[in-house]
Amino acid sequence: MSPEPAVRVRGLTKSYGSRAVLHGLDVDVAAGETVALLGPNGAGKSTTVEILEGHRLRTGGEVRVLGVDPARADRAWRARVGVVLQSSGGDGTSTVREIVRSTALAYPAPRDADEVIAAVGLTAQAGQRLRSLSGGQRRRVDVALGIVGRPEVLFLDEPTTGFDPEARRQFWGVVRSLSDTGTSIVLTTHYLDEAAQLSDRAVVVAGGRVVAEGAPAALGGPTARTPHVRWTGADGRLHDVVTDEPGAFVARLTADGGEPAGLEVVRPTLEDVYLGLVGEAAADEGGGGPGGGPGGGPAADAVAPAGTGEAR
Amino acid sequence: MNAVALGLDRARTEVRTYFRAGDSVLFTFAFPVIMLLVFSTAFSELPDFGTAPGGAVVDAATYYLPGMIASGVLLSGVQGLAIDIAGERGDGTLKRLAGTPLPVASYLLGKAGQVLVTGLLQLVVLLAVATLVFGVDLPREPAAWARFASIWLLGMTTTSLLGVALSRLPRSGRSASAVIVPVTVVLQFISGVYLPFSQLPGWLQAVASAFPLRWLAQGTRSVFLPPEFAAAEPGGTWGLGAVVLWLTVWLAAGLVVTRLTFRWIRQDD
Repeated sequence: MSPEPAVRVRGLTKSYGSRAVLHGLDVDVAAGETVALLGPNGAGKSTTVEILEGHRLRTGGEVRVLGVDPARADRAWRARVGVVLQSSGGDGTSTVREIVRSTALAYPAPRDADEVIAAVGLTAQAGQRLRSLSGGQRRRVDVALGIVGRPEVLFLDEPTTGFDPEARRQFWGVVRSLSDTGTSIVLTTHYLDEAAQLSDRAVVVAGGRVVAEGAPAALGGPTARTPHVRWTGADGRLHDVVTDEPGAFVARLTADGGEPAGLEVVRPTLEDVYLGLVGEAAADEGGGGPGGGPGGGPAADAVAPAGTGEAR
Repeated sequence: MNAVALGLDRARTEVRTYFRAGDSVLFTFAFPVIMLLVFSTAFSELPDFGTAPGGAVVDAATYYLPGMIASGVLLSGVQGLAIDIAGERGDGTLKRLAGTPLPVASYLLGKAGQVLVTGLLQLVVLLAVATLVFGVDLPREPAAWARFASIWLLGMTTTSLLGVALSRLPRSGRSASAVIVPVTVVLQFISGVYLPFSQLPGWLQAVASAFPLRWLAQGTRSVFLPPEFAAAEPGGTWGLGAVVLWLTVWLAAGLVVTRLTFRWIRQDD
């Protein structure tokens, strides 16, 4: 592992005319780390990644990828960086093997074309033209092209959009094996399960700022994961209580022998946590945005046992 | 791999793509051949289709062959490349290549190689059709062929660079044909490819003279028409000095515009 961070971003800003889309973003990716950039459409994920790839110029701030400013990308730097765009284009008349081989030639120490094709699971399709492949297969060709040069850093921009579940699982295997060989990976995705499966760390971007970051399982802090106990009271009101001790709470709740209607204990999923974070960011912006607290339960109760708090 | 070797590999890929994609094969590669067939057949009943002031006579196929060769050079370079590159910009190919260490020079070399190979094949087909179908007599003197080779190569280089330069013009890959084809069609009509140049009004000749096709066509006529036809050219000579001069001026213009404007992608927006 090189001591140099794969990516270092400080105070990154970007404006299109008078419209600012990035308001001072800070992101680090350590060598060998996989970081997922999460955020709603328009949050600035793709702009950030394009700046890191050297495909877009920044307005301000400091950006280093492998110690180099991507705005001054040269051939040597390009040879160390792999890019998988949202859509890769082309008229699809080349075969898988032709395009992988031809792309490999530009790199100083490429991987073997057939080995890369095998790694993305396309050995059986190696002789087929791209236009005859399915969407998922074509996407895997894109990844093959992104990794054939043995990159130290790989950018994956929404790599599995449009995949069926099985293709997504296969694709995750490809990304994991790259990570195992020490490749640093920056992944943007709308799929939280994908971020949870692949990334060491998730960075949530909303409104052009980082609103949270951490291991996917720890995102939003411990309180964001506190279980909710919900039930419908005798008066028909929905109750939603947040507690660290749901078992004890339910025991007290049922101590009088009554069976609460619709009783459930819910642990917020990553998606709940994420929507909560993004919703808070939108509220801070003064806009609407996705509302609702963690768990999305209706607000209720006034009485809260010790160690619990009422959900918003 | 160095930039030249990469360019050669790109050329191989480009030629393969060219023939597999099909669109260019019809509108760029086959078009001059089809037009040669159409014009030569349409006027096949006129054995003295072209008559030089000195009395020399040629049939329609002989008359049209140099024009169609010049037209092929224009289409292969300007039309073929401008549409091709605009398409690759539109469909994301250029953006993908931008993320690789492929030098721009290798990419352009690959395009030039594709134009050269397909243009040469087109030339062979045109000459074959002219001689085998219409019995056109080709020049025999090596000097004429040497002159032709220089004009043809100069023309190919010029039109290729202009094609790259013009590829920035269409706003999208889809609109590329609609933007580029009218330009090349009009040029062919006013530059002495379809209509005898000497019969055009003086002002139209003057307009056409600002563009390279007129000079290219005049240069190819000097090779394939009997020497007496020089008298039919404006000025009464083949004007080869002006041919080379104008093609070189356009070559330089294409080079400068390409150098200044060709980018994989726009980074600034």
